[in-house]
Amino acid sequence: MEFIIAPLIISILTGILAAIISITDKIVNNYGEITISINNGKKEIKIDGGENLLTTLSSKEIYLPSACGGRGSCGACKCKVTSDVGEYLPTEIPYLTKEEMKENIRLGCQIKLKKDISIEIPDSLFNVKKYEAVVEKIVDVTHDIKEVLFNLGNEEINFTAGMYMQLCIPPYDKIKNETQRAYSISSKPSDKHHIELLIRLVPGGIATTWVHTYLKEGDKVKLIGPFGEFEATPTNSTMICVAGGSGMAPFKSMLYHMYENNINDREIWYFFGARTKKDLFYLEELAELQEKWPNFHFVPALSEPEGEEWKGESGLITDVLDRYLKTIINSGYKEGYLCGSPGMINACNNVMTANGIKLENIYYDKFA
Amino acid sequence: MSPDISPIVLFFASIFTSNILLANFLGMCSFISISKDMNSSNGLGMAVTAVLTITAAINWVVINYILIPFDLLYLRYIVFIVVIAATVQILEMLIDRLSPSLYMALGIFLPLITVNCAILGVSLFIEIRKYTFIQTLFYAFGAGLGWWLAIMLLSAIQKKIANAPVPAGLKGPGITLITIGFMAMAFIGFSGMLIVQ
Ligand code: FES
Repeated sequence: MEFIIAPLIISILTGILAAIISITDKIVNNYGEITISINNGKKEIKIDGGENLLTTLSSKEIYLPSACGGRGSCGACKCKVTSDVGEYLPTEIPYLTKEEMKENIRLGCQIKLKKDISIEIPDSLFNVKKYEAVVEKIVDVTHDIKEVLFNLGNEEINFTAGMYMQLCIPPYDKIKNETQRAYSISSKPSDKHHIELLIRLVPGGIATTWVHTYLKEGDKVKLIGPFGEFEATPTNSTMICVAGGSGMAPFKSMLYHMYENNINDREIWYFFGARTKKDLFYLEELAELQEKWPNFHFVPALSEPEGEEWKGESGLITDVLDRYLKTIINSGYKEGYLCGSPGMINACNNVMTANGIKLENIYYDKFA
Repeated sequence: MSPDISPIVLFFASIFTSNILLANFLGMCSFISISKDMNSSNGLGMAVTAVLTITAAINWVVINYILIPFDLLYLRYIVFIVVIAATVQILEMLIDRLSPSLYMALGIFLPLITVNCAILGVSLFIEIRKYTFIQTLFYAFGAGLGWWLAIMLLSAIQKKIANAPVPAGLKGPGITLITIGFMAMAFIGFSGMLIVQ
């Protein structure tokens, strides 16, 4: 008998405890209806309290950026809270600078909605939507970078060249939860029904492994966006762009957009760093663009060209950049545009500032 | 048979002579890691005391009205852990609602308590020593206060040590462990004054 009684008692006991927990949850976590006021009352949302700000907003189709899906580990979901929501949580502090804290910037996913709240978010976020897209084409542009073209169907997207999208990764294999990852858009803003992303395989990466091994043409995926402030300024100064690997994406979008819209009177220097020849891509396309557009200069550089037939620049991209800034592009008013790993960005930042480009004139899109 | 000890004696004994930390060495990990900061130590001490008392009381009921009558005492570990986990969950929700500022202070420590061996230890002690319900309450509350006292003492000492010329190799956990050893020895001074079993 015992083998029946023991599990039975345990199940009854755990059942009772579970029931008590959910009843307490229902009673205690019932915060009633609360109002979220956005941008000084420009928009007001009424919603049942109890959830966090990030998910509550997304249930009303307002999407804050988020690369970790609300687990408090990416720091992307920042927004300004102008009403009192209590002190900073220990989970928020690592992602916020002192200045941001003074400004009352918080992590949306860590704020639980218990009473009326007012927040400020960039107006551009109202433009952010969730798109149901179909994978139209996947092309291997190098051994580890795929160019993925998503078709948005009847939906239209409006974005500025340089912005990024969040790709929703469904659960697969051992990954049990849906996650999101951010990728810069590489297609032109004029193509309103497509989004193209360049996705490099990061060994062990949840999202990139999924894209590289599971994603097929014809698959349906969700994309959220557009986000981001990385864009070409409307000035006439020389643009010094530096990228490596899939950092190509925002520049591809920017360059073709500028060319298409005849924004071609400013000088553009685009330095693209790779290790070996097999890491280079779009060489022909960019060479072609260079031919048609006299102000555009493309400088690919290999850091390890050994034993290869290579006529271009060699050396670390920072050294090549330094050489050009000292000799060829040494006059005029310049702006820096960087996209790549934090290490590369910091190194290029140093080279640029050492060559007289002011820090506030250097813009970047850092891979998190 | 319940031991014939006055609950009041048990209460003081569990704070001083049989301090759960310094005599039984239970609940060490959070004791060492949290004691660097006074405020957190205080919050954690408070939380441990509350959780200890509540879970011990619930577990006493479970032992005496479920496990013993059905002859299932061998399941006590799993049952205790489930009860502790559920209690911590409920407590977390209640504190979050009733006192957000306390929740803020305890926030991340509360879930940590679920895996604190002092909590499980006390529930096992009350079963082994066959305390009555009243004895259990006094013992568990005292054990919680004892833990609280010990962590506050340690964090006070740590604050002093922070400015002391500690040899480089002993900095951090090394000197903390030595301090705990001295504290335990000091608490031995209480032994024999009250008997807890
Ligand atoms: S969504 Fe990643 S930190 Fe909030």
